[in-house]
Amino acid sequence: MTESIPASLRTEALEQLLTERGLVDPKVMDGFIANYETKVGPLNGAKVVARAWTDPEYKQRLLADAMPAIKEVAWGGGANGEHIVVVENTPTRHNVVVCTLCSCYPWPVLGLPPNWYKDPAYRARVVREPRKVLAEMGLELADDVEIVVHDSSSEVRWLVLPERPAGTESLSEEELVPLITRDALVGVAKVAAP
Amino acid sequence: MTAPLEIDGAAAPPRSNGELLFAEPWQSRAFGMAVTLYESGAFAWPTFQAALVARIGAWERAHPDNCDYVYYDHWLGALQDVLAEQGAVSDAEVAERAAKLAERPAGHDHRPGSGHGHGH
Repeated sequence: MTESIPASLRTEALEQLLTERGLVDPKVMDGFIANYETKVGPLNGAKVVARAWTDPEYKQRLLADAMPAIKEVAWGGGANGEHIVVVENTPTRHNVVVCTLCSCYPWPVLGLPPNWYKDPAYRARVVREPRKVLAEMGLELADDVEIVVHDSSSEVRWLVLPERPAGTESLSEEELVPLITRDALVGVAKVAAP
Repeated sequence: MTAPLEIDGAAAPPRSNGELLFAEPWQSRAFGMAVTLYESGAFAWPTFQAALVARIGAWERAHPDNCDYVYYDHWLGALQDVLAEQGAVSDAEVAERAAKLAERPAGHDHRPGSGHGHGH
């Protein structure tokens, strides 16, 4: 019933009311916003993947039960991290993640989702025609590569473990981290060698 | 479909994701309110998520062409729904306060397209 009021005014009104009622402290809120703008981001997920690439025993634990394994390496805390499952890409199987109903995304390891992830077109189309959508985003997969689309929900959030690119065998865990992009962790890109 | 952007361009305002997280200032406030309320235990995250799913689903059924989709409009609507349901803040209270804010002199009006001109 308030949709006719500009969102900026509704937001300001709501923030004033919540502040007056002691439900929100604007300074605390500034801290949470800054945290997601500057601190919690895909670097966390990249650190987890680099560890998995260089430590086979860690990788097994990560795939079997992701939450404790992730928390050993990097964890942003907060909402949207209730249950994360890691799925591994292989030469014959490619995983890609979507949230068809809204925008579920593993914030503690990836930060907030990019705009295309929240877009109705991506959310509807990647389920129907994943190969085409991935190609449009720059990832051409051979016809014999199986594509598995994982639909995130409030129960499960998915993180893709991309393939380690050829030619990176001599790189250390720390050197691998900057190669691992947000898009690879969602499954709309591969990791390229430097 | 947006092409992946440079993640670490030197030019950048805060970009943890390779792109701006919020298109307009009010979006970051709407985001922050929901997170702050969740962190203080005002509601469980799945409660908010269910309201967000309902808002997005209703909009998509009414707009099959997906034109003018603004994600944080639905986020804000979901937050209002949860707070109204809890009896914390009603829509009528929000409307009343917003009307008061709208009466401010032009220099203090932050509505898109007027005052400081955050819009466009």
